[in-house]
Amino acid sequence: MKKLTAVTMPDKEYMLPGNRSCVGCGLSIAYRHGLKALGDSVILTVPASCLTVLQGMYPVSSMLVPCLNTAFETTAASAAGIRAGLDALGKRDVTVVGWAGDGGTSDIGIQALSGAAERNTDFIYICYDNEGYMNTGTQRSGSTPYGAVTSTCPSGKLEHKKDMPMIMAAHNIPYVATVSPSYPIDLYEKFTTAKHMKGTRYLHLLIPCPPGWGYDPRYTVKIGRMAVLCGMFDLYEIINGKLSFYGPSLRIATGEPREPVEAYIRAQNRYRDVSMEVVEMLQEWVDKKWESYKKMGYCETD
Amino acid sequence: MSIEKKGDCMTCAEKVLIMTGNHAAAYAVKLCDVQVISAYPITPQSPVVEKLMEFVESGEMKAEYVAVESEHSAITVCISASVVGARVFTASCANGLALMHEMLHWAAGTRLPIVMAIPNRAVAAPWNILNDQQDSISQRDTGWMQIYCRNNQEILDTVIQAYRIAETVMAPVMVCYDGYVLSHTLMPVNMPDEKLVREYLPPYRPHTVLDPKSPRNINPVTLADPRMNAEGVLCHGYMELRSLLQKSLLGSVSVVAEAGREFGRIFGREYGIYDSYRTEDADLLMVSIGSLASEAMDTVDNMRAAGMKIGVMHLRLYRPFPAEVIAKAVRETGCRGVAVLEKNVSYGYEGAVCSDLKAALFDHGVDVFAHSYILGLGGRNVSVSDIEEALNRSYGYLEKKGPDRIKGQEWINCRV
Repeated sequence: MKKLTAVTMPDKEYMLPGNRSCVGCGLSIAYRHGLKALGDSVILTVPASCLTVLQGMYPVSSMLVPCLNTAFETTAASAAGIRAGLDALGKRDVTVVGWAGDGGTSDIGIQALSGAAERNTDFIYICYDNEGYMNTGTQRSGSTPYGAVTSTCPSGKLEHKKDMPMIMAAHNIPYVATVSPSYPIDLYEKFTTAKHMKGTRYLHLLIPCPPGWGYDPRYTVKIGRMAVLCGMFDLYEIINGKLSFYGPSLRIATGEPREPVEAYIRAQNRYRDVSMEVVEMLQEWVDKKWESYKKMGYCETD
Repeated sequence: MSIEKKGDCMTCAEKVLIMTGNHAAAYAVKLCDVQVISAYPITPQSPVVEKLMEFVESGEMKAEYVAVESEHSAITVCISASVVGARVFTASCANGLALMHEMLHWAAGTRLPIVMAIPNRAVAAPWNILNDQQDSISQRDTGWMQIYCRNNQEILDTVIQAYRIAETVMAPVMVCYDGYVLSHTLMPVNMPDEKLVREYLPPYRPHTVLDPKSPRNINPVTLADPRMNAEGVLCHGYMELRSLLQKSLLGSVSVVAEAGREFGRIFGREYGIYDSYRTEDADLLMVSIGSLASEAMDTVDNMRAAGMKIGVMHLRLYRPFPAEVIAKAVRETGCRGVAVLEKNVSYGYEGAVCSDLKAALFDHGVDVFAHSYILGLGGRNVSVSDIEEALNRSYGYLEKKGPDRIKGQEWINCRV
């Protein structure tokens, strides 16, 4: 098989131009490349989120995949219903995909998701994590990082973000992966891996959001890279319990130094007033996270 | 547990089984070839879904059973499975039904023919697991149809009719029956022949199928006003779509009537919009929903024997509210007053059925009084004397005129 590059990726577009995403939307990049990897035989279900808006308002739509919009907390249950209906009708070859935001996943939707994962429902769950309720005006979610200002924590959040991929890994599902739209080849490959597996597969995407995070839209890809290079967000996959790092995260795991978090923090207006103390706390959070990776034996190279 | 007994039906040889109301609902679901079942256990609904799980695991029934982690997910699974083209079923009550509330709107708004069995139970707080009808009555404004049953045979027959009705109207249907009073009480039930059920109920044909071969975006954001599509055709706004649901529901009274008539033709048991007992020449009419109307027949016999002209009307169809049919039926009895006895309250006013009935009578110029009586909440026993007490009170108003006939709602056998 030819090595996958930006040039050898399939030409077919499932996301049409003229959608309603914001300028510089990280979700658009992930959505476009993710759908290419998922291919033709897919049914999506989407809760209240930016994606609802991106896909367009009745009676027009900007995508070429069938989609059932559903209530905020129901993505995984909705996917389970689509799966059950398709199975009952003998349409087992269709891939069912739930695609929700971080609020819809780690806050209001975690119950239905945990239930579906416990049942090992055969579907792919995608959480696009822009670290807050960005579609409703930038409110805090369980996935907002420490120190970030949102409209419901105007002085900066006082708690660290929930580790959603590890919560999902604790369900012992066949596949958990973290993905960044700044690394589209890695994104495409992980979507493809997920597609060819059975059972509950969970992909966690860190999605830079210009209006929510406060940076110039042209820097979306750069901000996404900075998050990975400083170790705030790490690229890995867990197959049947085994964690493997990818790309820059693999290099960090094998001894390359991480960038300091400060540059990443200072590049975003949501951290505009944070003191050096907060920067140090975030650095400490990252350091501890990487220490625990080491303790768990994830950083050993094969 | 079901005990087999030989028996005959009017038009076909039907087996007679002794079973609870919950099992009657489960047997009906099996007869309807339901393809996806999803439910979460709650007392007194659990035996419905336990029986269905037995059918599925034994291979007696070919269906997907999704054992979800909440009622909210149960109804969501039903919605999505119905969208891809499967015939679906769920059952719940009380707090579980209340948890479903948001998705009940989604089910009706998506125009899905979901059928749900509801063994009616009181809603907390405080905790109570026994029977009243507050749970389903509290869901009356969600766009679901509601049919109430008086006995276990009606439960089985109504579930079968519910699929036919739902798939004709393209609206979901709740089949409601009193928890314990029917759900856990053994009664003889005639089991319809499965071939005849298939004749009565053709396979489900969805109005829209979610299929990768013809991608659609179902239930996207829809603005209030109509909007042009890519071909320049003006399409409905939110308000038009909601109005179509209302129009279908209002027009569905005749669908329910037809489904009941046709059921009678095939199975020998005809069903209508309402049931009457000794209503001819009645001065006072007792109106109720569910098993209370059944129990009231004995009371009425006693009171008739004592010279009081009283009849009973059971409202089988509560949503859509068959205003015209009921007003006409009340007028035709020539009664002067109606006493509505019900196991629910619209808190801050009166029994919900009473309010609806009053509105229907007012609209259709039927000049009778209608009094609201609340009884049997949280499983409080309703005795013959309780029903008698309510009817006696209203009977005393028959000679009154004008505003003197008006009376506030009363709670029977409540010691506050």
